[in-house]
Amino acid sequence: MTQEQVISWLVKPTLFLLCLVPLGLFSFDVVTENLSADPIKDATLFTGEWTLRFLLITLCVTPLKRLIGWPQLIKFRRMLGLFAFFYAFLHFLVWFWLDRELQLGDVIEDILKRPYITVGFSAFVLLIPLALTSNKFSIRRLKQRWRKLHKLVYIIAGLGVLHFLWLVKADVQEPIIYGGILIILLSMRAWWERRDRAS
Amino acid sequence: MLIKTKNKNDIQSSEITDPDVFKRRREFIKQSGQYALAAASTLAAPDLLAGTLPPSSKARTKIKGVVKGPFSTDQKPNKYKDITNYCNFYEFGTGKRDPAANAHTLQTSPWQVAIEGEVEKPGVYNLEDILKPHTFEERIYRFRCVEAWSMVVPWVGFPLADLIKRFNPTSKAKYVEFTTLYDPDNMPGQRRRILNWPYTEGLRMDEAMNPLTLMVVGLYGEVLPNQNGAPLRLIVPWKYGFKSIKSIAKIRFTETQPATAWNDSAPNEYGFYSNVNPAVSHPRWSQAKERVLGSGFFAKKIETQIYNGYGEHVAGLYAGMDLRKFY
Repeated sequence: MTQEQVISWLVKPTLFLLCLVPLGLFSFDVVTENLSADPIKDATLFTGEWTLRFLLITLCVTPLKRLIGWPQLIKFRRMLGLFAFFYAFLHFLVWFWLDRELQLGDVIEDILKRPYITVGFSAFVLLIPLALTSNKFSIRRLKQRWRKLHKLVYIIAGLGVLHFLWLVKADVQEPIIYGGILIILLSMRAWWERRDRAS
Repeated sequence: MLIKTKNKNDIQSSEITDPDVFKRRREFIKQSGQYALAAASTLAAPDLLAGTLPPSSKARTKIKGVVKGPFSTDQKPNKYKDITNYCNFYEFGTGKRDPAANAHTLQTSPWQVAIEGEVEKPGVYNLEDILKPHTFEERIYRFRCVEAWSMVVPWVGFPLADLIKRFNPTSKAKYVEFTTLYDPDNMPGQRRRILNWPYTEGLRMDEAMNPLTLMVVGLYGEVLPNQNGAPLRLIVPWKYGFKSIKSIAKIRFTETQPATAWNDSAPNEYGFYSNVNPAVSHPRWSQAKERVLGSGFFAKKIETQIYNGYGEHVAGLYAGMDLRKFY
């Protein structure tokens, strides 16, 4: 097998399954009734945390590619990004369907009146065009604009961290860790860009 | 040359406690307490102690002589498993299941409660002496958390008013302040400054004396599990759950309104009163509805009631007060 084939037939499917492991574990907890007394809250937290984690993992690809010098890594970025969207969509669904019980009035009031929901919902809406244009056709069609459009992910990740930071009651440790990682990842990009432009 | 003359108030170096010994005083107090308790329970009152003190959080011990108390709701109580595995007790972690996993380290015996402030009989009392004269009642109360969920809980306890009367508060006692044990060695959450430890809470005197207000020692007829605030906690059913402080080590009577932990942490979000009120939103979320826990993914939300449905007993306490201002 060529390296190309190993990536397409072995590494990618394995990664795909790995990305589903969190959902699998959560489903196992559902089936075995191992969730807390408030499973809706569990589901909200679980899908929200994994959205943020997948956003950060996706943002790791470019710096990692550069650090270890393995350009093939870029081939996994789309899948990771789409998994971020997948978990974000589940997060939205849990909120809209289970938590807000499909009450459109409540949902609109939340989005308008509750800043942490305004921010989280904006991040989700901004993710939609990125997911829709993640195919080869769109990349070819949009050309330079595609790169610009997908830079939105920096803002989305920032909004995601802010959403989390804004909703916790007192213990900000976990959102601060995500925020710290995001700052490091974005700083690396900024630094490289400046250096590349200088040379 | 400096000549040091001896003042009779000077502390002799022989009187100063070695810092190491001083640091270990808690252990010493604990140990001597355990010996005293062991001696007391074998000699004096084996029956009294047998039912009231848990050897550990894992063991479930029935409390003897519990009678049915007033004010119970006829709603179906939540399962024991739900009540004991879904707790906010940040001293043992901020996850809802952290307290159940970690609170076994809490040392509930021996336990002492300091009674302080504007009171005629201040002192540090052993828990057994605090509890001895009281008849334990079962009261099934609604419990409404500030996070917009609720449960129905069969507590075992006695009216706080009965306890307060025994210590004769003075006319200056306008408020009661409660303090949770401070013990970072055994309460891992206190090692990070999430809240201003130790946790404190407070009530106005008339709120404390209201017959609904309960000192709780048990749950489902059994000794209170550590994660629910053993060995002694407060329950104020018309207020958000965080007012119902756990694992009380100090009760202090004051003339002025005491500082309270969540109010210190976010004064615009958690007021001193914190009465359940669907009309006054938390700045970040609505309090109009609550999710009644215990029915899985499709647990329905219900409309939250003013004073958590206990208005007929407590609304008079707040007559003429602007509930938006005194949230």
